[in-house]
Amino acid sequence: MFDKTLAELANGLKTGEFSSVELTQAYLKRIKAEDKKYNSFITVTEEQALQQAQAADQQIAAGSAGLFTGLPIAHKDIFCTKGVRTSCASKMLDNFISPYDATVVDKFNQAGAVTLGKTNMDEFAMGSSNESSFYGPSRNPWDTDRVPGGSSGGSAAAVSAQLAPAATGTDTGGSIRQPAALCGITGLKPTYGRVSRFGMIAFASSLDQGGPMTKTAEDAAMMLNVMAGFDKQDSTSVDREVPDYTAELDRPLNGLRIGLPKEFFVDDMDSAIAAQTQAAIKEFEKLGATVKEVSLPNTALSIPAYYIIAPAEASSNLSRFDGVRYGYRCENPVDLEDLYKRSRGEGFGTEVKRRIMVGAYALSEGFYDAYYNKAQQIRRLIRDDFAQVLNDVDVIMGPTTPHPAFQLGEKTSDPVAMYMEDIFTISLNLAGLPGMSVPCGTVNGLPTGLQIIGDYFAEQKLLNVAHQFQLATDWHTQSPQGI
Amino acid sequence: MEWEAVIGLEIHAQLATKSKIFSGASTAFGAEPNTQACAVDLALPGTLPVFNEEALRMAVKFGLAVDAEIGRKSVFDRKNYFYPDLPKGYQTSQLFHPIVGIGHIDITLEDGTNKRIGVTRAHLEEDAGKSLHDEFPGMTGIDLNRAGTPLLEIVSEPDMRSAEEAVAYVRKIHSIVTSLGICDGNMAEGSFRCDCNVSIRPKGQEEFGPRTETKNINSFRFIEKAILGEIDRQIDLVEDGGQVIQATRLYDADKNETRSMRSKEEANDYRYFPCPDLLPIVIDEDYIEAVRATLPELPDARKARFINEYKLSEYDAMVLSGDHHTADYFETVANAASDAKIAANWVMGELSKMLNQNDTHIKDSPVTAEQLGGLLERIKDDTISGKIAKQVFEVMWSDGGSADEIIEAKGLKQVTDSGAIEKIVDEVIANNSAQVDQYINAEPDKRGKMIGFFMGQVMKASQGKANPGQVQGMLKQKLDALVS
Repeated sequence: MFDKTLAELANGLKTGEFSSVELTQAYLKRIKAEDKKYNSFITVTEEQALQQAQAADQQIAAGSAGLFTGLPIAHKDIFCTKGVRTSCASKMLDNFISPYDATVVDKFNQAGAVTLGKTNMDEFAMGSSNESSFYGPSRNPWDTDRVPGGSSGGSAAAVSAQLAPAATGTDTGGSIRQPAALCGITGLKPTYGRVSRFGMIAFASSLDQGGPMTKTAEDAAMMLNVMAGFDKQDSTSVDREVPDYTAELDRPLNGLRIGLPKEFFVDDMDSAIAAQTQAAIKEFEKLGATVKEVSLPNTALSIPAYYIIAPAEASSNLSRFDGVRYGYRCENPVDLEDLYKRSRGEGFGTEVKRRIMVGAYALSEGFYDAYYNKAQQIRRLIRDDFAQVLNDVDVIMGPTTPHPAFQLGEKTSDPVAMYMEDIFTISLNLAGLPGMSVPCGTVNGLPTGLQIIGDYFAEQKLLNVAHQFQLATDWHTQSPQGI
Repeated sequence: MEWEAVIGLEIHAQLATKSKIFSGASTAFGAEPNTQACAVDLALPGTLPVFNEEALRMAVKFGLAVDAEIGRKSVFDRKNYFYPDLPKGYQTSQLFHPIVGIGHIDITLEDGTNKRIGVTRAHLEEDAGKSLHDEFPGMTGIDLNRAGTPLLEIVSEPDMRSAEEAVAYVRKIHSIVTSLGICDGNMAEGSFRCDCNVSIRPKGQEEFGPRTETKNINSFRFIEKAILGEIDRQIDLVEDGGQVIQATRLYDADKNETRSMRSKEEANDYRYFPCPDLLPIVIDEDYIEAVRATLPELPDARKARFINEYKLSEYDAMVLSGDHHTADYFETVANAASDAKIAANWVMGELSKMLNQNDTHIKDSPVTAEQLGGLLERIKDDTISGKIAKQVFEVMWSDGGSADEIIEAKGLKQVTDSGAIEKIVDEVIANNSAQVDQYINAEPDKRGKMIGFFMGQVMKASQGKANPGQVQGMLKQKLDALVS
């Protein structure tokens, strides 16, 4: 049962093969038994899950069930969930029970989904390895000595280890796609503005976007059908019709034009990953696609630009965590300054503090033009690069990451090496474009991801391309050993 | 040496929207602490701002009223600093691209001269909450009801040269925002407050001296006193060989002095940057013209009309048009009484006196403009005398009722029946034979004055109700008949 996709589970619920309560209980039992190995959940919401499952079963019995009714999922612990701790994997919010639901959570609740719990992540989504979590790192189910990627590492590990059939994630610089690639699952970062950010704790507001993490492209389409849409509570969400993302999955890929950016095949990447990406491209050619080399000349600038803009926004977004109204407060502050300094000094972890300092510095008087404005200029160049290429091709493809999952602790002492792992994913966030990662092979027993990038609001196209690839290959059905 | 002051002002006007600038919470003043602060105002994790377009409309109205450039694309920026009553750790404001650009207003000084003062800009921003330091010993209370209330910060050019000019400017801006209905102008509640930038320089020097900024002054009188005090302080300092240090100062109304809050060195680096949670506000010509069409008559235009239409003096027109509540009140009275002069006299005289005595604003006057108009009509048609009218007015103020009701109930109707008046006149002449003899024996040119005594007696006997003109005529006729 645990290897079933959302689509298959929906069918099982519909035919009465099992009830939502049975399904939910089975997952809860499995999480209890297995998650010690992966640490993929911060909070398991057993009681609420069973209540939601019972309500779903009643709806199914009454014939009023929707497509998502009774399906269990997990939410990244960055989405506010009413009455449940929402920690963002930080000591700062270890005691924070959200009084409201994020729009994404609300939409899943309205659709009848069952929430199994809240998944582990890098603290405030800052990291590429899940090692900055206050609750300890989540581990990669393919090799528990290795990282699952980040920041949505807990969601990726939970889906990969079959502790949840699907999960939500958020992606600021690759935080859905990179862990999806490293854990051998499917992940989609939608166009900026496609999914509401209301109730999704902000890291870098102009880059953050929620999206699905699933076994298959078909499941990602089902998830996005629930998640996407305009929200008047998020001024940056886009008021644009939401298509049925499952409607175009079966369209043949004859004549699909694929662009391969030469900058996505860099010298210091794993050569096996380059080879597997090429092999995946060959599959697309067999499906009728044409391939040409393209250029995104400013790709290398995306990392420095990102590591100005994201920390700058974060330094401001995280100012609200001050020990005054909620969250961690230091013991016995002697005065206001002491309250601020110690609450924030003790409540935030190292990587979060590093980025707050970098961001505050970049915005400081006298440095603003040299850093923040320059980074915004680079951002425009990157956006223009993509626009030009997407005039000539339908999708851009390349590896999701330059390396497969690395060892826990391998890069923690070298933040820049860690940042470089995001080289292929970051530029999309800067441009606001949608992108997917789908499993496309293994290197030394570790999964690797193929990244598929499309034009603004081309999620339907991306899902179609990914689905056709998954019909032709079986990388997405492979599981870690012992699962 | 002769010194010249240079003054620039920043006025914070709370916009009279029903809900906050970035959330749906109410902006009403005076609620229990923290009952008007929603998840967005509390800056709960994950919450996002949504711009209240009513605030935009109001800001554009102001821009048009001061003949300013309207920003076709304005952008919200974050001003970052930590304070407990600033829940997000930043204030959402507009630094780089404000909604209102360069404009100007004209002020009238006491000597009747006019002066043009530049408005540098006006931008939208959110207010902070309030820190309550006295209520909880050893602790600070935070009330976030005010957090997120929309403010229009109006920045002037450093065009003012005296406290008088500064106060005239503040009064004019106050009059504009209240006439536009975009601010209630209540200074005591902090809806309209002012930061004063003051520097001095030797007269004739072009270069500005170092300036101080005195924050959050909330009455016209305090603005004047704070500026006068600060000018004196700076002159004394410099003449004693000292230097003015650029600093932020606080005005202490109890001691009537300013004191230093923080110097430039201690000033925050606010790390402004565009707020990524809000889209730029883009407006077009159609929008601006639609707002222009809703502009009410502005104070300058109204003053001119009062002079032309009601033939008021320059001074009366200025006083009556200075505040739109007063202007509306006056016009209603003038139209009801069909006499602008008497209406002006009563609004600026009797009404104003009672309002001051009772510390009441004209918009809350217990005597409505319709009531007062009705009263003045009765003076005009000789139903009552001006003196009786004052009695009626006092009853109106304390007990309510229309002029006719009060006149009727109290029996104050003027007596014009000549038979009734003659009866009283005859009695007075009969009962005051000594005074009558004096009258008869007096020099003819002294008699006119002596009639005043008999007038007083008749009016007293009639309880003030006898028509004074008739009484005067009849007394003169009867007394003079006794002489010959």
